[in-house]
Amino acid sequence: MECKKMERRDFIKKGCELAAATLFVGLLPFKKAIPAEETTKLPRPKGNENYNWEEHLYAYVIDTTKCIGCGMCVEACRKENNVPEGFFRTWVERYEVSERGEVEVDSPKGGQESFGPILPGFNVSKGYFVPKMCNHCSNTPCIQVCPVGASYKTEEGVVLVDDKRCIGCGYCVQACPYGSRFINPITKTAEKCTWCYHRITKGLPPACVQACPVGARMFGDVKKEEDPVRKIIATERLAVLQPEKLTKPSCFYLGLDKEVR
Amino acid sequence: MIAVAQYLFPNDLHIHWSLMIVMYPYITGFVAGAFVVSSLYHVFNMQQLKPLGRFSLLTSFAFLCVATLPLLNHLGHPERAMNIMITPHFSSAMAGFGIIFNFYFLLVLFEVWLLYRNDIIEMANGSTGIKKFFYKILTLGVDDNSPEALQRDHKIIVFLAAVGIPSACFLHGYVGFLFGAIKANPWWSTPLMPIIFLFSAMVSGIALLIVLYQIAMKMGGKEIDQPCITKMSQLLWLFMTVTVSLELLEIITLAYEQSESWEVIHPLLTHQLAFSFISVQMILGSLIPFILLMVTVLLDRYLHEKVRNTLAFVASFLLLIQVFAMRWNVVIGGQIFSKSLRGFRDYHPQFLEKEGIGAAILIFILPFIILFVLNRVLPAFSNTNRDDPNHIEKTVVG
Repeated sequence: MECKKMERRDFIKKGCELAAATLFVGLLPFKKAIPAEETTKLPRPKGNENYNWEEHLYAYVIDTTKCIGCGMCVEACRKENNVPEGFFRTWVERYEVSERGEVEVDSPKGGQESFGPILPGFNVSKGYFVPKMCNHCSNTPCIQVCPVGASYKTEEGVVLVDDKRCIGCGYCVQACPYGSRFINPITKTAEKCTWCYHRITKGLPPACVQACPVGARMFGDVKKEEDPVRKIIATERLAVLQPEKLTKPSCFYLGLDKEVR
Repeated sequence: MIAVAQYLFPNDLHIHWSLMIVMYPYITGFVAGAFVVSSLYHVFNMQQLKPLGRFSLLTSFAFLCVATLPLLNHLGHPERAMNIMITPHFSSAMAGFGIIFNFYFLLVLFEVWLLYRNDIIEMANGSTGIKKFFYKILTLGVDDNSPEALQRDHKIIVFLAAVGIPSACFLHGYVGFLFGAIKANPWWSTPLMPIIFLFSAMVSGIALLIVLYQIAMKMGGKEIDQPCITKMSQLLWLFMTVTVSLELLEIITLAYEQSESWEVIHPLLTHQLAFSFISVQMILGSLIPFILLMVTVLLDRYLHEKVRNTLAFVASFLLLIQVFAMRWNVVIGGQIFSKSLRGFRDYHPQFLEKEGIGAAILIFILPFIILFVLNRVLPAFSNTNRDDPNHIEKTVVG
């Protein structure tokens, strides 16, 4: 009986020790997830020490009336960002509409090698090219659904993916209504247009904007007084893709036709 | 057919959610469905389901053990899977997975243990050597199996089974929500989606139990309990009717609204999914079992035992196919058309690829092996009802 009492005392003692140890481990300063409102305290982009992301808010304007469908932007993007074959961060669509309202859309290889002759017998009454890319929405379905917070929005309004954090579930790919995301077959993580974040933080335009020979793609900073893109957004009649989805894109279109989704 | 110009967004050429994502809701459906059946007995006291009281919980647990496997196989970076629990991003529907799954897993595990506690103690006492040692460990040091203790167990079981019902509904309704909350996809985006998933989970759980119970009884050379089969057939008939009605209602609404998406969903159902939707899901998997179960339920008292068993077995087997077809048509169907709503792609899983048919078969066989082993360690069908909690309660109370 005496022996049993000792055991019980031992047991309680051990139990207390274990509880204390658990409490201690719980109190250890492990790295915690950073809440959204603290993102401004994140390390600044490297390369340009004077760059302050609070001073910028980027926007993109695509003038479909200027695009000639040469595909230079698609190629420039692929080379700049090492986009794997068969996947696209940007692409160009060709629309052909007949008088009777029939619509033909194509985008062979994303328009990278430009476009072939149109279908014989198809009586085209109007035709145009529409460059597409990530719309860098303010109300993003893709960031919303990311289960680990690998997709995020920077202070300057750019939607990015942290490929060190992405688990490759593909939920964001499903959630994007524009088809702008894909799972990179090599890194197995989600990938999309970054507006060439590595370039714009150094004051350079995105590769697609630089490659466009006709100025159909325009990139600007709406926080800068004299910015031409800011002026277009302020004065022109603009459209966005799939406005009914209420994603609030930061990519605006000039001369967008009703057939474009 | 409405003319659809064949144009896909260039990134839409690839199916990102493969056969594995079809398997995941299929497996969790069994988990939820089988659990609810066990609760129908433990909580709602449906005495006819007594033969399945334990077996249904074991089945639920066996499938729960493999529920994450298809997801892990699908992830681009399975080694980062724990991030969902460590750094969840709560605006994502998927971020709740860790919490819901773990809670439910612990709940089922605890309930299984309580349900078998008396057996484990008796087996530990009645055996020798390694077997005794093994069961001794399973008792977790608690060897009180007095009627009072067992009655206390029973109360906790009822509580767990009751808490488990909303948990099971959450677990599976949540799977439907993952799809239903994607506004980018008109074939998924409907508030009906979680409800359809929930009801079809019930169908798959009941159907699986009817099939497995009959096989287990045949293998063990035991009688198939007829009131149990009758009750299960009634439940199955009810749940399948609701499920199929919901599935059809969703489509009828889309068709009647003539919404923009109907332009792509109409050809999807009548061409791309003609076989898996019309032939398998609706005719083979719904209409035929509906008639078979109607006969089983309405003509119950005229049926010979063998006829009743066969009718219920065949109907259940067809419904298992129906539920798989439904998962396929939702998951793959939702990706076969491009978000341009202008074109379709094809999906034919290979046998040996990472997320192919071979992997799916392996993952699907695993829970049956687990169930077989579990049933060996913790027999679900005992000849006596001495250890049955309800029986104990009655003897204690009476």
